[in-house]
Amino acid sequence: MSASDETHDPNRRDFLYIATGMAGVVGAASVAWPFIDQMRPDASTLALASVEVDVSSLTPGMSLTVKWRGKPVFIRNRTPEEVKAAQDVKLEDLKDPLARNANLGSDATAADIDRSAGKGKENWLVMIGVCTHLGCIPLGQQGEYGGWFCPCHGSVYDTAGRIRQGPAPENMAVPVFSFISDTKIRVG
Amino acid sequence: MSEGHSTYSPKTGLGRWFDARMPLPRLVYDSFVAYPVPRNLNYMWTFGGILSIMLVSQIITGIVLAMHYVSDTSLAFGSVEKIMRDVNSGWLLRYMHSNGASFFFIAVYLHIFRGLYYGSYKAPRELLWVLGCIIYLLMMATGFMGYVLPWGQMSFWGATVITGFFTAIPLVGDWIQQLLLGGFAVDNPTLNRFFALHYLLPFMIAGVVVLHVWALHVTGQNNPTGIEVKSKTDTVAFTPYATIKDAFAMVVFLLVFAYFIFYMPNYLGHPDNYTVADPLKTPAHIVPEWYFLPFYAILRAVTFNIGPIDSKLGGVLAMFGAIAMLFILPWLDTSKVRSAVYRPWYKLFFWLFAANAIFLGWLGSKPAEGWYIPAMQISTLFYFAFFLVVLPVLGLIETPRRLPNSITEAVLEKNKAGSGHPAGAAAAPETKG
Ligand code: HEM
Ligand code: FES
Repeated sequence: MSASDETHDPNRRDFLYIATGMAGVVGAASVAWPFIDQMRPDASTLALASVEVDVSSLTPGMSLTVKWRGKPVFIRNRTPEEVKAAQDVKLEDLKDPLARNANLGSDATAADIDRSAGKGKENWLVMIGVCTHLGCIPLGQQGEYGGWFCPCHGSVYDTAGRIRQGPAPENMAVPVFSFISDTKIRVG
Repeated sequence: MSEGHSTYSPKTGLGRWFDARMPLPRLVYDSFVAYPVPRNLNYMWTFGGILSIMLVSQIITGIVLAMHYVSDTSLAFGSVEKIMRDVNSGWLLRYMHSNGASFFFIAVYLHIFRGLYYGSYKAPRELLWVLGCIIYLLMMATGFMGYVLPWGQMSFWGATVITGFFTAIPLVGDWIQQLLLGGFAVDNPTLNRFFALHYLLPFMIAGVVVLHVWALHVTGQNNPTGIEVKSKTDTVAFTPYATIKDAFAMVVFLLVFAYFIFYMPNYLGHPDNYTVADPLKTPAHIVPEWYFLPFYAILRAVTFNIGPIDSKLGGVLAMFGAIAMLFILPWLDTSKVRSAVYRPWYKLFFWLFAANAIFLGWLGSKPAEGWYIPAMQISTLFYFAFFLVVLPVLGLIETPRRLPNSITEAVLEKNKAGSGHPAGAAAAPETKG
């Protein structure tokens, strides 16, 4: 190769060089993708199940936990005192002012009514029982606010499952759910 | 330190035949027999060898365990119990492996603190240091995934919390977490991939160890004075001097290791991990393995939002940042003097740092409540201040003590200051000549 080769018009070797390079890059990327893609949740995991729960036996002050998509869902029939305590909290005092309720718009505020099952069903609280910090399951009716306390890193939730203290950033999530009769809830 | 030319001369015909075709014996001879090491190395320099045998031990016991272990959520816990009760000598192999991980970390921490004290990370050994940090990171990943395999309560909840770190990343966090878990929660796909990776990573560690030793043999070892080797009298041959010292230290280390295996095999573990994983019940108090505790304390120290960064992301950033400090350490220390022996202020701060690290570890084992939280915050602050303030500033304002002209001079000076009886020369070969 003489120095003057470099100033030549693109020749056959340049073309092969660029074409091979391009094929290599595209090839490497398309081979890499399935190796990453296989890591994602598979079809059986994604198959969206919904669960129906009979809540007729829950008197005020009782809760139950059901497993939905591998995660626990807390269903609690709150006592009037708990509802009152949650309603009395001012929005400004909340660390996370949003409802995080999948049944409402994403801008709904964390007022107690929008955390609960809604008008007439304010006593019902249905939420995914997973701490929004790093995923532990909080313990019920514990902590300073009589709501939930996460033993892992000390997040404290109130009786509406709203984060009040500790490292967790968000209120516990309310999943899609509905009352299919007065005593039956469908989650999902 | 590479002398440039090799002194190997094969004595047998077979040796010469090999040497002309693939000079592996020459490489071994030059690296582990004739290789010159500083004559003043102390026992803190024996942990490299100890780490190598611990890696081999983990790989051998691990492969044997893998012959009996089943990575399925419904069978994993039972298969480990079977190893403990039914497999011949299974209890011993498992205790060697689980305690082996702890002893691996004990050795690596002593090895790292040795480097900190004697300034082994400074030029020209930056790359050597960074390669060491990569090994440490890979060890943490391996240890974490190994701990998930027995599928006990701590396995499950440890995995939940640690993969939860990734959900702190804005926008793509949840997607990354699902990619790691293969689902919405820790489950069978998670266990399977962790087993595959737990099998793979130790071999990657072995690969990086080769690079680490290669880099070491280019720059040569540091030594307690931190002064570079200047002449032949500063060094002794690796064999027999370093070989025998390393071997003796290994025997002592392995005796302590054996004591744990036979007399207190579960002392470093957590009883909750003998309860099978329950995805619906978090243990009252979850803690990672002891070797992660200082970082766990740093994670939990951030309980407040910092501007746009919420407390969760803040905690995760602080924790990864704490490890990142080790990587950039060579460029933070402004002092030209390596060894703490000649740096009175650095020596003080080094010991404060070491005490603080142990205190952080202790805090990491405590629940996040009461006075522990402010203590974690103050300790975390000191941890970062050591790297980001103390190291850069000390190098500029500290007056080091007078450095000896050479390793030989330092050794002879020390010898004179000591008893000075001639019999000492035989007992302490490093002072000979
Ligand atoms: C860097 C080296 C390694 C480290 C630090 C390490 C660490 C660990 C840890 C901490 C555990 C949990 C022990 C327990 O509490 O039961 C474990 C389990 C396990 N490891 Fe490793 N390991 C290493 C190498 C290997 C290798 C090379 C294999 C080969 C396949 C392996 C296979 C296993 C198996 C099958 C288990 C589950 C059985 C049990 O829990 O005892 N490990 N490992
Ligand atoms: S996971 Fe609940 S506080 Fe960390």
